[in-house]
Amino acid sequence: MKHIVKIITLLVTISALWTGLLQMSLVPRSHIWLLPIYFIVALGCYGLLMVGIGLMRFPTCPKEALLLQQDISEAKEFLKQSGIDVGSD
Amino acid sequence: MAAEEEVKSKGGNKYSLIVPTYNERLNIALLIYLFFKHLRDVDFEIIIVDDGSPDGTQDVVKQIQGVYGEDRILLRARPKKLGLGTAYAHGLKHASGNFVVIMDADLSHHTLLCIICNRKQRETGASIVTGTRYVRGGGVHGWNLMRKLTSRGANVLAHTLLWPGVSDLTGSFRLYRKSVLQNLIESCISKGYVFQMEMIVRASRKGYHIEEVPITFVDRVFGSSKLGGSEIVEYQKGLAFLLGTT
Repeated sequence: MKHIVKIITLLVTISALWTGLLQMSLVPRSHIWLLPIYFIVALGCYGLLMVGIGLMRFPTCPKEALLLQQDISEAKEFLKQSGIDVGSD
Repeated sequence: MAAEEEVKSKGGNKYSLIVPTYNERLNIALLIYLFFKHLRDVDFEIIIVDDGSPDGTQDVVKQIQGVYGEDRILLRARPKKLGLGTAYAHGLKHASGNFVVIMDADLSHHTLLCIICNRKQRETGASIVTGTRYVRGGGVHGWNLMRKLTSRGANVLAHTLLWPGVSDLTGSFRLYRKSVLQNLIESCISKGYVFQMEMIVRASRKGYHIEEVPITFVDRVFGSSKLGGSEIVEYQKGLAFLLGTT
């Protein structure tokens, strides 16, 4: 099934649960009314957390950059010797 | 078709490396040299799909064909810029290998990565091996904080919305089984780099065996990189499209 259908089904299920909670009134109503807001805020915080963590752990590759530079010099030498004109950049 | 069967019966794998180019006169020459330097024990061919570059990219390719041979370097040019997706489709028509590697011409991905992808594919029998910059062993070089933030933010957004099953959606270094690539190209309709995203998301939806390898991305060694406001809008439109249609 299409992904959007999956997401909508999930949201519908959650809404049904939420409405169910409202009916049952085990917990004070005011709290239940605020649950969707809590959910959205939690989602936002989770997103920001993932971005922050990802940013901190973003891997870098300075060694590979160096190896690439060496490879490029070698390649340019070869091209010059083979008489291939690549012009200046 | 006959060529592919011949390759399989010999027990070896042949890799077609499709490289779309536009104004990559210097990079393509360096790239080809590096392919031949690092892929010594691999049976491969390079298919260059050039979209009528005004800077003489095709002339440089023709000169290099003189060094390495026209059977190893195939120049399959097109008259003008016709888009990434069609470039892959065009290259695929001329591919005689049973595996296809897609990568950029700008040296952002090291040619050694091809070996790593091949090895992963052989180990796991996967249909697609895609590179990811976000895991340890991979990474980027030459990105400032803003660029990393944008990249990470975009990635988290895509993950929350699409649950794609891969950690790097916009990476453009991938190895595909040729039949799988043919199937995917026919089902994908986006333009530009959103096309790359659509391919991997659709592949994930179709249940293809996808493996990831860490890859390194060294920011444009020569030339300028493009990441502006319009790219961000295009990305969000792409996400919405993928959300609704995959």
